[in-house]
Amino acid sequence: MAKATALKKVSRRRRILRGLSLLILALAATNLAVGTPTKSLLHRHAPAFVRHDLQGHSVRLRAYRGKVVLLNFWATWCAPCLEELPHFEAWQTRYARNGFQAIAVSMDDTDAPVRALASKLQLTIPVVMGDAPLGDRYGGILGLPITFLIDRRGMVVARFEGATDLDALERQVCQLLARH
Amino acid sequence: MPSLSKLSSLFSAACLLCTTLLLVPQARAQFSGAPPDSSAFSIPKADLIQPEALRALLQSGDKPLVLQVGSHIMFAQAHIPGAQYAGPGSQPAGLELLASKVAAAPKTQSIVLYCGCCPWNRCPNVGPAYHRLHDLGFTHVKVLYIANNFGQDWVGKGYSVEKGE
Repeated sequence: MAKATALKKVSRRRRILRGLSLLILALAATNLAVGTPTKSLLHRHAPAFVRHDLQGHSVRLRAYRGKVVLLNFWATWCAPCLEELPHFEAWQTRYARNGFQAIAVSMDDTDAPVRALASKLQLTIPVVMGDAPLGDRYGGILGLPITFLIDRRGMVVARFEGATDLDALERQVCQLLARH
Repeated sequence: MPSLSKLSSLFSAACLLCTTLLLVPQARAQFSGAPPDSSAFSIPKADLIQPEALRALLQSGDKPLVLQVGSHIMFAQAHIPGAQYAGPGSQPAGLELLASKVAAAPKTQSIVLYCGCCPWNRCPNVGPAYHRLHDLGFTHVKVLYIANNFGQDWVGKGYSVEKGE
C-alpha cells in the first residue's frame, strides 16, 4: 500500500516536472522570437534599395558591399529608437576604419521631424526615408526599432527587434568586422 | 546517486531561475519610468481588449469600428481587416483625423483603437487617441493591448491582415 502511494507520488511529480518543462520551453520560444533573424531574410542577400539621404545624396545599399552594414529602421516618435541612434552614430566613428557602415531608415510618414531630429542629434550617418514597399521587402517593419546586420558579402546575418541589448549588438558587429 | 526529491528541488530552482530570466526584462520594460498622463498606462484596464478577444469579436456579427492611430507607413504594410487609418494619436493632426473619422458615429458606437508601433509602455499614440474619444463623449471605446508590436502580437500570431491605404 505504502509502495503504491509512493509510486503515485513519483508519477505525479514527473507529470508536474514535464508540465513545467513544456511551460519553460514555450516561454523560451516566445522570448527568443525577439531578436532572431527573420527566417525569410536570414542568410539571404539584403534587399537592394537606392534612396536619397536628407542632404540629397544617393544611398545605394549595394555600394556598401565589402562593409559590415547596420541597417536600422526607426522613427522620431519611437522612444527606444532615439536611445539607440546616438550609439549607432558613435559606432560609425569608432569602427568606420574597420569597414563599418550604419544606415538609418526613418519610417516617419513625413521628413520634417526627421530632419529636425537628425540635426539635433548631429547625425552623420546616412538617414533615408523608408516607405511601405521597402518595409515589405524587409519582411514587414511592423514595430520599431528593427535593426538588420548585413555582412561584407551583403547577406543578412541578424535581425534585432524592439529595444535591443546594445552590448550584444556591438559584440556581433565586432565579430563581423573581424571576418574578412 | 542523488535522490528524486533532490533532483526535483534542483529542477524547480532551475525553472524559477529560467522563468525569472525570461520574464524580468519584459516586466522591467513594462514598468520602467513614471508614465506621463497620456501614456498607454493611463488607459483603464477595463477598457483594454486582448488580441485574441478582438479577433473573436471581428469574427462575430457585432463588429466594432477599428481605428489604427499609429504610423501610416505601418498601416499601409499591414492592418487589421476593415480598420481605418486615424492617426497618429501623438500629433494634433492625427487627433483631428481621428475626430473626423468618428464625427458621424453615435456616441455609443463600439470603437477599438490600436497602434502597435512600439512596446505598450513606449507607445505615444494610443493614450492621447483614447482620451480624445473619451473627451468627445464616446462611451464604448476599447484599446487593443499590444505588448510588443503589431508584427509580433497580431501578424506573428497568424491573425489576418489587409494591406494598402
